[in-house]
Amino acid sequence: MRIRLKYLFLILLWMSVPVAGFGALIIEITEGVEGALPVAVVPFDTSELSSEIPVDVGEIITNDLNRSGVFKAMDRNALVARPNYSAQVQYSRWRDAGIELLIVGRIFQKAPGEYDIQFQLLDVLKQNQLLGYSLPVKKRKLRSAAHEISDLIYEQITGTRGAFNTRIAYIKSQSEEARKYILQVADTDGFNAQTVLESDEPLMSPSWSPDGQSLAYVSFENKRPEIFIQHLASAKRSKISGFKGINGAPSWSPDGKNLALVLTKDGSADIYIMNIASKRLRRLTRHRSIDTEPVWSARGESIIFTSDRSGAPQLYEIAVKGGKPKRITFEGKYNSAASVSPDGKYIAMVHAERGQYKIAQYERETGNLTVITDSSLDESPSFSPNGKMVLYASTEGNNGVLYAVSIDGRAKHRLSDQSGDIREPVWGPYKRRRKR
Amino acid sequence: MKRYFSISSLSLTGMVVILVSSCATVQEMPIQDDAADRQLQEEVTTADGTIAGDSDGVYATAMSDETLTAQQLLEQTDTVLANRTVFFEFNSAKLTDKSLAILEAHGNFVAGNGNVSLRLEGHADERGSREYNIALGDRRAQSSRQVLLFQGASIDQIDTVSYGEEQPAMLGHTEEAWAGNRRVEIIYRVN
Repeated sequence: MRIRLKYLFLILLWMSVPVAGFGALIIEITEGVEGALPVAVVPFDTSELSSEIPVDVGEIITNDLNRSGVFKAMDRNALVARPNYSAQVQYSRWRDAGIELLIVGRIFQKAPGEYDIQFQLLDVLKQNQLLGYSLPVKKRKLRSAAHEISDLIYEQITGTRGAFNTRIAYIKSQSEEARKYILQVADTDGFNAQTVLESDEPLMSPSWSPDGQSLAYVSFENKRPEIFIQHLASAKRSKISGFKGINGAPSWSPDGKNLALVLTKDGSADIYIMNIASKRLRRLTRHRSIDTEPVWSARGESIIFTSDRSGAPQLYEIAVKGGKPKRITFEGKYNSAASVSPDGKYIAMVHAERGQYKIAQYERETGNLTVITDSSLDESPSFSPNGKMVLYASTEGNNGVLYAVSIDGRAKHRLSDQSGDIREPVWGPYKRRRKR
Repeated sequence: MKRYFSISSLSLTGMVVILVSSCATVQEMPIQDDAADRQLQEEVTTADGTIAGDSDGVYATAMSDETLTAQQLLEQTDTVLANRTVFFEFNSAKLTDKSLAILEAHGNFVAGNGNVSLRLEGHADERGSREYNIALGDRRAQSSRQVLLFQGASIDQIDTVSYGEEQPAMLGHTEEAWAGNRRVEIIYRVN
C-alpha cells in the first residue's frame, strides 16, 4: 500500500512537471522560444535620407520575427557590429556571437514621400546571401513594407508564407459615460488601428471577405441584431439580413459568394446559407437545439458549427449541400466557436474544462485535442492566413485583450497598442503579393 | 406546456390575491400619507352633496384600479410587477418557480391591458463564446415569452431580443456577477 502511494505520488509529480514547465515557457515567450533561430537585425541605414523617417523598419522586423516564435532576435544594444550591406559584414564576429541569420538594410529617398528599402538576409554560417530585395514604398506604407520584409524572411527560412503583412479586425468597447462599440481594423502588431464603424449599441462577430476588401458584422443599431456588409475603402454599407429574431454569426464562404449565418425566424437558432448577390436563403440545419457559429471548411464544401443538441455545446460538421451533421468534438463539456486552419488540418475552438475557458486546437487527422492557452476566459480563436498562429481574446481585469499563440502553444504574445475593452479578433486574409 | 398549465392554474389564484392586495395598498397610501389631502377631498364631496357617506368603502371605490392607469400600476414599487428581471442557471433557460410567478404576473397584467406592450431582453454571462451566448439569451427570452403568452398576452404585445453577453448588468468575473448577468429583463412600453 505504501509503495503504491509512493508510486502514485511519483506519477503525480511527473504529470505536474511538464505542466509547470509549459507555463514558464509561455511567460518567457517575448524573450524567444527554445530552439528558435538566433537572428540579428541591424538598424537600417537612413543616413542618405533628407528628412527623418517616421518608422523604424528594423525594429518592426525584429518584433515580427520575435512574435513568430520561430526566431529569436538579438537585442539591439547587444549587436556586435552595425553593417548596412553584405560587403561590410564580418561573418566570424556574428558566428562567435551565436547568430545564424543576419538582416541588414538601407533606406534611400526616391522622391519626396517615396522611399526605396534595400535589404539582405544573410546566412552567417555559410557566409552567403539568402535573400536580397529592393522595395519601393510610399511614406504611409512604410510599416506595411517592413511587415512585407518580415514575411519574405519568414518564407525563406520556414517555407511557409509569412502573415505579418496582413490585418486583423476586432470589436472595441469604451465605457466612459455611455458605452461605445467600435469596429476596428489594424495591422497584426496592433498598430495602424482604423475605425470602421462606431455605435452606441453592440457590434459583434466581424467576418472578413476572402478578398480582404469587406467585413460582414452584426450591429444592434436598430435595437436588435442585424447583419451588415461594409466595404472598407469606401465605407459603403448595406443591411443584408434583418429577419425577425436573431441575425447572427456571419461567415464568408471561401469563394466570396455566400454567407453562412444564423437565423431564428423559423424557430430556434439554425444555420442558413445566403447567396450575397441574390440574397437567396437556404436553410442548412433544422433542429430545436441551438445551432450557431458556422464557419466554412478550407475548401468550402462543409460547414463546421456549434450545437448543443447533445445537451452541451459541441462542434459538428455538415455538408454545404445538406445532410446529417456529424459530431466532431467529444472531449470536454463545452467546445464552441470553431476556426478552421487554411489547410483544413486543424480546428481551433473555445474549450472549457473545470470551468476554465481556453483555446484548444484539434488535429483532424489524429483526433488529438491540445489546449494551447492558459487563462480562464479565452474566446474567439481565429487562424492566421498561414495557419501558424491563432489570434484570440483574453481578459485582464475588466478589459478584453488580444493575444496570438502559435499552433503548438509554445509562442505567445500580447498585441501592443491596446486600450479599452477589446474582443472578437478575426485575422484577415493575405494581401495580394507585390509583383517581383 | 403541460407543466406551465398545472403551475399557472395554481398561481392564478395567487395572482388574484396579489392584485387585490396591491389595490388595497394603493388605496391606503393617500390616506396614510396625507391626512390634509383627504380632508380636502371630503370637503369637496360634501359640498357636491352627491356622496353623503364618508366611509372608507365609498372612497375606496372611487379610487379602484379602473382609475389607475397601466402606467401607474407599473410605477408601483411594492407589487410583483415591480420585479422586472428573472434569473437563470448556467447554460440554462429553465425558469425557476420564482421566475415563473413573476412572469405569470406580467402575463396577466399584459393580457388585461391592451395598450401595454413589453420587450423581453435575454442576456448571458460572459463565459463561453459570444454567438452561442446570443442564442442562449434568445432561448431565455423565448421561454419567458411562452409564459406571458400562456397567461393571455397577445403575440403583438411581446417583443424579444437577445444581447448575449454584450450588455452585462454586473462587471467582474465572479460567480455573483455571472449569476446577475444570466437574466431576462422585462421592459415595458405603455401606449
